[in-house]
Amino acid sequence: MAEAMIEFQSVTKQYQSGQPAVDQLSMSIDRGSITVFVGPSGCGKTTSLRMINRMVEPTSGTITVGGRDVTSVPAAELRRSMGYVMQSSGLMPHRSVVDNIATVPRLNGVPKADARKRAEELLDVVGLAPSLGKRYPSQLSGGQQQRVGVARALAADPPVLLMDEPFSAVDPVVRDELQQELLRLQRDLAKTIVFVTHDIDEATVLGDKVAVFAVGGKLAQYATPEEILRAPANEFVASFVGRDRGFRHLAFTTADGVAVHPVDAVTRGGDARANADDWRLVVDDQQRPLGWEGPGLDSQLIPGGSLFRPGDTLRRALDAALSSPSGLGVAVDGDGKVAGVVKGAEVLAVIESARQVRQGAL
Amino acid sequence: MNIFTETFAWLADPLHWSGPGGIPVRLLEHLQYSGLVLIIAAAIAVPVGLYIGHTGRGRVVAVAVAGALRALPTLGLLVLFALVAGSGLMPPVWALVILTVPPLLAGTYAGISSVDSNVVDAARAMGMKELQVLFGVEVPNGLLVMFGGIRTAVLQVIATVSVVAYLPLGGLGRYLFDGLVLQDFPRMLAGSLLIAALAMVVDLVLAAVQRLVVSPGLSARSKGGRKAATDFSAAAPAAAAVQGGTA
Ligand SMILES: Nc1ncnc2c1ncn2[C@@H]1O[C@H](COP(=O)(O)OP(=O)(O)OP(=O)(O)O)[C@@H](O)[C@H]1O
Ligand SMILES: [Mg+2]
Repeated sequence: MAEAMIEFQSVTKQYQSGQPAVDQLSMSIDRGSITVFVGPSGCGKTTSLRMINRMVEPTSGTITVGGRDVTSVPAAELRRSMGYVMQSSGLMPHRSVVDNIATVPRLNGVPKADARKRAEELLDVVGLAPSLGKRYPSQLSGGQQQRVGVARALAADPPVLLMDEPFSAVDPVVRDELQQELLRLQRDLAKTIVFVTHDIDEATVLGDKVAVFAVGGKLAQYATPEEILRAPANEFVASFVGRDRGFRHLAFTTADGVAVHPVDAVTRGGDARANADDWRLVVDDQQRPLGWEGPGLDSQLIPGGSLFRPGDTLRRALDAALSSPSGLGVAVDGDGKVAGVVKGAEVLAVIESARQVRQGAL
Repeated sequence: MNIFTETFAWLADPLHWSGPGGIPVRLLEHLQYSGLVLIIAAAIAVPVGLYIGHTGRGRVVAVAVAGALRALPTLGLLVLFALVAGSGLMPPVWALVILTVPPLLAGTYAGISSVDSNVVDAARAMGMKELQVLFGVEVPNGLLVMFGGIRTAVLQVIATVSVVAYLPLGGLGRYLFDGLVLQDFPRMLAGSLLIAALAMVVDLVLAAVQRLVVSPGLSARSKGGRKAATDFSAAAPAAAAVQGGTA
């Protein structure tokens, strides 16, 4: 059982008369983990998050961080001990990127030269070229600004990171990239991260635990992403999680049980085809997959589907099979060399047996 | 000889460039009165503008008062102050201060409230205290807009300070009033030209200061805003000179 870092005890926030924005919220957030608040718009996610660093004061109830009641610490001091990243980068337009990142260390009295040096290191940590440090925020792309926002939040090395939809204003490809990098960073840093999103996919990708909020600031379910997809607590969670939850849930089981069959692969432009009735896998001279040649003698190279790598999940295995033009998912080894193929029907069989095992266990 | 060549002749006459009523002395007087008015007005308007911009409190009252003050007629106010408070330098200066506070206040307030509220929110969330938010984030990011208000106010002061000559206290306005009394139109025109030239030079100086103190990060973003502000104040000297000439 992980140790609690942040605790909400019967926290209520009422802005005006009427429905509270957050209603009797009690939950405990594990140290060193990513906890995601997810839910429809207006359900009190931002309000809950901002009560942690006292940007919003609760109407009643207490919040403790590291065992200390947040109201016992002066607000400014408390906030400096927590990184904060928001949807719009919130970078200060008049300061260079490096000076933006150095903000909190400077507030803490770190000398300018040291703070800048640390900021330059952080550029590298968040995957930005050092040359960007001299630019101003307006000269960066949205994705780059968000990276700077993350670097700024990390600058004083706070134990807690609060992130309010930090990736929702960037395009899906960049968002994917940023999510992966956050996970990579988290492996090294092990911060206590509270992450707000309204995207259930993002929640299941990032969260060690996911808190689903219902409108009115009620906690509908608080569990691991796997459990939320497999066993939604009620109708609301089920409908919020959506139609594809069965498929998405496959992302939580490794596909170790799926058989990888040998396959004959040919190099492009190699020997003429003896049998033109089958699909043929084409590889480069290092045995890395290039695509498929369909039936027919004059067939062209058709791009392959997604690849199935060692340790991948059932979702990846099934997707490899479904996305391949030949119906055979290409499995590769750690070096990217073709290891064989997986068959969709066999993946389904493994999924079914995993389900039976789970049911037997219940 | 037409009025333009006469005006030129007037301006070129070395007699007009020396002595107690000469152009350099009048110019200096004009600058001193303007400077005094601006310093007092800024001492009132800037703190109030910063407070309203930062807290959002008192905005309605300030807008109403500033609007009412703006509607006051310059010369009337000046005469009233002279009548009530007697002769001397300060009554007209106070009258001009009352006219200068509104644009300075509006400019300061507009500058602060033009700053992206997300940026201010983020600054607070990072642990800045209120004064750090104000002077570390809101002022530097509002400067570009604030300069628009400051430059307008300065131009207005330089133009309207001419009216103190009516009392009579000197400044370049003397050429206007004396010219009017003496039916010496070249002198009046020369005076107007000098006031306009002074306004333009001062505005150029302020533009240079603006370039120095406003972060390049702001102009990179709001090129359009900056251009609009410059256009506005470039048009102002002409308008201000007209206003001064007819006061
Ligand atoms: N400063 C405020 N004053 C009054 N009401 C507020 C304020 N901030 C939020 N609310 C209300 O509180 C409720 C919860 O808002 P909150 O911002 O926490 O929602 P959210 O879950 O973050 O939504 P979103 O996904 O749209 O960001 C909403 O009904 C909102 O209108
Ligand atoms: Mg929100």
